[in-house]
Amino acid sequence: MDITGRLQEQVQDAYAAQRPLRIRAGTTKSFYGRPVDADAELDLREHSGIVDYQPAELYVTVRAGTRLRELQETLAGQSQTLAFEPPCHGEDSTIGGVVACGFSGPARPYAGSARDHLLGVRILDGRGQDLRFGGHVMKNVAGYDLSRLMVGAQGSLGVLLELSLKVLPLPARHMTFVQERQMAAAIKELQRWEAQPVPLSASAWMDGQLYLRFSGAESVLAGLRACVDGDLFLPDEATRFWAQLRDQQLPFFASGSPLWRLALPTGTQPVLSELPQVLEWGGSIRWLRGDASAEEIRAQTASRNGYAIQYRGESNSQPFPPLPEPLRTLHGRVKDAMDPRHILNPGRLYTDL
Amino acid sequence: MEESTHTPAEQDFLRALAAALPAERVRSGRESLQPYECDGLSVLRELPLCVVLPQDREEVQTLLRLCRQYQIPVVPRGAGTGLSGGARPVAGAVLLSLARMNRILDIDLENRTARVQPGVRNLAISQAVRPFGFYYAPDPSSQIACSIGGNVAENSGGVHCLKYGLTVHNVLALEVLTADGEVLHLGGLTPEVPGYDLLALFIGSEGLLGIVVEVTVRLLPVPENTVVLLAAFAELGLAADAVSAIIAAGIIPAGLEMMDRLAIQAAEDFVHAGYPRDAAAILLCELDGSAEELVERVALVEEILRRQGADSIRVARDPDTRALLWKGRKAAFPAVGRMAPDYYCMDGTIPRGRLAEVLERIARWSEEIGLAVANVFHAGDGNLHPLILYDANAAGQIAAAESFGQRILALCVEVGGSITGEHGVGVEKLDSMCVQFSAAELETMHRIKGAFDPEGRLNPGKAVPTLHRCAELGAMHVHGGVLPFPELERF
Ligand SMILES: Cc1cc2nc3c(=O)[nH]c(=O)nc-3n(C[C@H](O)[C@H](O)[C@H](O)COP(=O)(O)OP(=O)(O)OC[C@H]3O[C@@H](n4cnc5c(N)ncnc54)[C@H](O)[C@@H]3O)c2cc1C
Repeated sequence: MDITGRLQEQVQDAYAAQRPLRIRAGTTKSFYGRPVDADAELDLREHSGIVDYQPAELYVTVRAGTRLRELQETLAGQSQTLAFEPPCHGEDSTIGGVVACGFSGPARPYAGSARDHLLGVRILDGRGQDLRFGGHVMKNVAGYDLSRLMVGAQGSLGVLLELSLKVLPLPARHMTFVQERQMAAAIKELQRWEAQPVPLSASAWMDGQLYLRFSGAESVLAGLRACVDGDLFLPDEATRFWAQLRDQQLPFFASGSPLWRLALPTGTQPVLSELPQVLEWGGSIRWLRGDASAEEIRAQTASRNGYAIQYRGESNSQPFPPLPEPLRTLHGRVKDAMDPRHILNPGRLYTDL
Repeated sequence: MEESTHTPAEQDFLRALAAALPAERVRSGRESLQPYECDGLSVLRELPLCVVLPQDREEVQTLLRLCRQYQIPVVPRGAGTGLSGGARPVAGAVLLSLARMNRILDIDLENRTARVQPGVRNLAISQAVRPFGFYYAPDPSSQIACSIGGNVAENSGGVHCLKYGLTVHNVLALEVLTADGEVLHLGGLTPEVPGYDLLALFIGSEGLLGIVVEVTVRLLPVPENTVVLLAAFAELGLAADAVSAIIAAGIIPAGLEMMDRLAIQAAEDFVHAGYPRDAAAILLCELDGSAEELVERVALVEEILRRQGADSIRVARDPDTRALLWKGRKAAFPAVGRMAPDYYCMDGTIPRGRLAEVLERIARWSEEIGLAVANVFHAGDGNLHPLILYDANAAGQIAAAESFGQRILALCVEVGGSITGEHGVGVEKLDSMCVQFSAAELETMHRIKGAFDPEGRLNPGKAVPTLHRCAELGAMHVHGGVLPFPELERF
């Protein structure tokens, strides 16, 4: 259903009254980010449905409140997929929520991220104006790229109404290998694979085991089988494993202590290796659990040119690393340009955005 | 004698500049400015106040601070191969050439990245990392000349973008100077950075948001094997439909290019690539991957091409034959350039499924208007490059070519595409921007510009038209209609 008119009225009223709005969809990701300083809610869930799907043109235009599962089923019906493998944090996860948070799954280092697959958006800005940027063709450099700016902005620059996303053919087959490796050796092994022209499509390390997934035509995978060490995962088991990693359903993610997400340059040697951790994305994402202090984790990560996000945990008053000047001031100005009265998800990303 | 044309503020600025930078960094005087009076769009010319050629970031900073102090605008320039007038000088503004900042600073094989200065040529990056088995994927046809800084500013594409993405997909980090000379670090070696994706916003901003002083690019391993197929068709429409058929079959070729009869003949006369001269259109399809995979996919593409009515198919597997087949395509612009005194290169994108119909309409207009059009383009991306042939010395032909071009761009928007796929807006497509975007959307872009460059000193008058300009045009046209002849010099 298209409820643009109602949503626009709500945002315009909120603008007139200077009353902040909390944008909500499936609320499967409310654990992430800061609490929004708003009493009123803007509910996107009814704003759903596929607007235009052209399999031969490799794009789909979809309303933001469409459930991710529903979109994926439609695409799978044409043997296509969102190649960034968006995580599904629950049945109610919406494509708008995924794009707003900028989440991508295991294929991200090899197939690109959510923003890499976004072609265009229709949004409501903080004045309630209905705006379109980008489009649905693969190449479009007319004007500033305001569509990709929305990815990861967590709704603080605009309400996503419609998204045009690039879709790609589903790979014919996957093949997953498991190797016994200590963390440092696994990082080396990952470096080695990533430097080769092979169809690596996912990688992970946990509990002394390195997981490598290759995807492509039967003939390609047959050729690879002889070159990769380790045990071959049964196809069904492998599919379940990657889905559980993607959606954070593995036991590692269930335990109680705070969960940290470290973003690092790929080849970074083990960091805080005394703490339980899971590596993804060729080692460039490391999930960490445990009771090290936030200061310690931030300092260790920063010294390796990385960033640490407190992904889940009780005291989420400042989950994202602080922005240095002059970037911080620039962020404020970009926010003011899009949402001058700070009515869209204020405080979700940073207190002043 | 030049001095007399400068305002007192400009004279003060030039004096301060001479005191702040070594003499050989600054050029002024008509003769030394003339080589910079236009970019690749040579119908638009202007002389800058002066040209400055810094050698490092600190010199760029010095310049930008003086420009702030004396309120002098700045136009950045890379190699000047841009085709939309983005680097065309603005009267009274400094032309800032980044061409001398052309060092490769670091090649990091572990992280598969290269850190380079903005004046490094696109091809030089791939050449530097080739011995290690890597390359930089985006490959504009101008790659021997164009700079990586210019590529960032235009979000340039190339033959291999269909599979490997545009500049925005292959640049990891930028060091940028704001209009005030402050240093910004956008992106990074990590898969994500805190805050907004300002890197994506910056790429393609045509020199309006900041000066790129350092670029970190992602390197890819060179594919194991490559095969190029050349298919000839007796009708343009058949070739266009074959493009859609290949993509619809779930194949993403490394490159998928199309040339029509005029372009084929021009290229043949020029480089003798062995193209079938009697064909109405040819497709060049490049596939890459492992040997096993290629056997299968080449067979599949051959089958599709036959089914779509290809008269002949050549398969080139060895490097020499492949290079020869690409040579004709890569030399197509200069080859077409030999057929007429002047040509005007357009750059619109459309959904692939509308290729046949749009090419047919362009051909019909070409006959009506009496100006020939050669087509050579990135068919897989739906990125058209109609080359309109004209003679600048023949009365009315410049105007006719320009209004023909505007009509083509309006058609692209009408069928669901864009007025520019890779060459940017510059000054050339300011009017067409009014067709593609609403006033509120353009106003939002001006606000974003204001967030980065509140005083509007960087590349003024480019990329985003004023609402006033659109309003004037708006009185004359409605919704995707055909635009009247634009006065290109009006801002
Ligand atoms: C024969 C030919 C073929 C071409 N083929 C292609 C193609 O296949 N694909 C494609 O995308 N383009 C193509 N182009 C267009 C052109 O080469 C590209 O746009 C290229 O990226 C421009 O680079 P440049 O260094 O020449 O930039 P310039 O023309 O000097 O400048 C282009 C824009 O970038 C800005 N700029 C330059 N350097 C900087 C900097 N350091 N910081 C901030 N702003 C800067 C300028 O102000 C200007 O707006 C072609 C051009 C020619 C002549």
